[in-house]
Amino acid sequence: MKTLTTLRGLSRLELNELIESALVHADQAESNEAPGDELSGRAVAMMFFESSTRTRLSFELATKRLGADLMTFDPGTASTEKGESLRDTALTVTAMGADILVVRHSEAGVPDAIHDWTGVPVVNAGDGTHEHPTQALLDAVTLHRRFGSLAGLRMGIVGDIRHSRVAGSLFHAMPVLGVESMLIGPESLLPENEPAGFEMSTDLDSHLGDLDIVYLLRVQRERGTRIPDDYIERFRIDSKRAAAMKPEAVVMHPGPMNRDVEITGDVADGPRSLILSQVANGVPTRMAVLAALRDGLS
Amino acid sequence: MILIRGGSVFSASTSSKGGFEVKDVLIDGDRIAAVGRVHVDEVSDVVDASGCLVGPGFVDMHTHLREPGHTWKEDIASGSAAAAAGGFTAVVAMPNTDPPIDEANIVEEVIRRGAEVGLVEVSVAGAMTQGRAGVVPSDIEGLYECGVRIFTDDGDCVEDVDVLLSVMMRIAALPGAVVSQHAEDAAMTVDGHMHEGSMSARLDVGGLPAEAEIEVVGRDLDLVRETGASYHCQHVSAAGTVELIRHAKAEGLPITAEVTPHHLSFDDTSLADLDTDFKMYPPLRSGDDRRVLREALNDGTIDVVATDHAPHLPEEKSTLFGEAPRGVIGLETAAAVVSGVVDDPARMFQSLSLNPASIASLKDQGRPIAVGERANIVVFDPRHEWTPDRFVSRSSNSPYKGHPLKGRPLLTVHNGRIVYSLVGAA
Repeated sequence: MKTLTTLRGLSRLELNELIESALVHADQAESNEAPGDELSGRAVAMMFFESSTRTRLSFELATKRLGADLMTFDPGTASTEKGESLRDTALTVTAMGADILVVRHSEAGVPDAIHDWTGVPVVNAGDGTHEHPTQALLDAVTLHRRFGSLAGLRMGIVGDIRHSRVAGSLFHAMPVLGVESMLIGPESLLPENEPAGFEMSTDLDSHLGDLDIVYLLRVQRERGTRIPDDYIERFRIDSKRAAAMKPEAVVMHPGPMNRDVEITGDVADGPRSLILSQVANGVPTRMAVLAALRDGLS
Repeated sequence: MILIRGGSVFSASTSSKGGFEVKDVLIDGDRIAAVGRVHVDEVSDVVDASGCLVGPGFVDMHTHLREPGHTWKEDIASGSAAAAAGGFTAVVAMPNTDPPIDEANIVEEVIRRGAEVGLVEVSVAGAMTQGRAGVVPSDIEGLYECGVRIFTDDGDCVEDVDVLLSVMMRIAALPGAVVSQHAEDAAMTVDGHMHEGSMSARLDVGGLPAEAEIEVVGRDLDLVRETGASYHCQHVSAAGTVELIRHAKAEGLPITAEVTPHHLSFDDTSLADLDTDFKMYPPLRSGDDRRVLREALNDGTIDVVATDHAPHLPEEKSTLFGEAPRGVIGLETAAAVVSGVVDDPARMFQSLSLNPASIASLKDQGRPIAVGERANIVVFDPRHEWTPDRFVSRSSNSPYKGHPLKGRPLLTVHNGRIVYSLVGAA
């Protein structure tokens, strides 16, 4: 793999290789085995132009566990940077010896542009409303660990799908992995056009009993999204809705949650919730991605 | 002498859209010497054209050759070579150069340089206004005197009604002259980078509404009614514009229209990853718009396919989507695209040769394949499968990179000379 700015175009085989590798790294961590040193002597730079706690910590830990040097970078006012100065920043970090760049930016397409400028492998850690590939990968890893296989599972992606970069990556990964997905939310938060292979619905309750996975997305108030007045009534997963789900069905959320908007606390912390597993699987998944990019290094 | 043997030769007449007949074509000097079953001993080149279409060389009435002023992107020599490789025997160079082509001496210089390169006929579109600033009309009559027939501020829309009206009144008085408008309302396209629709909403990128085109064309049609000037609508991208053109033609207005190959091939779903090689103005619009454009080409509402060949270097295109220059190259891939879109191969020669030659008043282009005619000929193999990766153009900003295509020019003959041969190039 040369770079990971999108999951679009990745084959089932490629996705499964990343998932398998993540599972190996997860097993190692759980059996307290010493992590490998697959990136020993390499340097990975964190370029987070948009704030992030969990994703960044997770990438930093993955970097250290693979034995690489961690370069951190304080964007300062850089989040407003455009064009030339962004390019200069990327080239400077690369010239210092960064072998892999982990990039988050509020604008779609920045990780691709940085890869074009530098020629260095880039991991997209979230770009605007475009994609967040490692989130969708760690979700696949989480589902694999829970269900053993993804093929044939039915997933309902619920909430602010229109503004979600996580959805952007799920759109590409889930159909390839054989997960049947549908998009559920109020009309104002659904995509204007159905992505290929996805059904859309505004009625959660009529589908709840058929789903193996209820994947909740954050209502992105910070992007100026207004939460519809009846959102809680129609879409919040509370104990009553959780009870209506299939016995083995699970609830997922990429975080950060708006507690009591998308989900109530008792469900988030209850037996159906895979939310903390998702977080835990973030590190081995990102280790798998960084290790896979090593092959593209000179 | 060149003998093109056994191709399906396009025969067009004013009364029909044209058909094909298997014939040989013999070229002697700069003219066609014989058409039919030809037996000669002294030919220097014999080209086996069996299974290929043979017709008048293509004419691109919308090419950015970038000379003078932006020759790092392309120049008259490299652009002419790219055109020849695409089966073109003539191009109309757009005037958004530096300096802009708004005066007779610059027109003459570009034409002189084109003739010196000699690969294709280089004709010139003149700026409608001085400096392409949209304020003061250029010397329309002076430009006309030195051969300019197409007047445009392409790249920028002439929005001022009074300016456009006075230009159109002057153009209406000049036989063969045509106003060619880049229809895009500037106020509606501030901070826009892609078609305003689900994809721009999805990616949170500023939108370019279809209305920005439709409203300008609608207004311009009123000026056509008022002045009687011939009006050519550049790179139609929206279904609503097609509708306006259809009605205007039914009304009998002197309207012609072009579509680009990329608007026939792609829609805004190609922008999912913000590849800057898909950024151009007007933008790729919805799947419905694309479908309507294809239908409009096939039913004749749209007369011409023109490339809007707009070279930019990789280092210019490799930037944030919002900051990347607009435009894509198209000369080398256009014929393959059109071949795949038209219901009838005759339509390919109509839209890529006869119609643009007629609108641009190029007397030696788009002519019948007949004895005595100037030998401007393309041999097109509709079966050839290829995937573009390298280009003759100095730039490579093509949305067809890595995109499998079917159909390719095998041979281009300009003024009786082989200016491109796929066999030689491969």
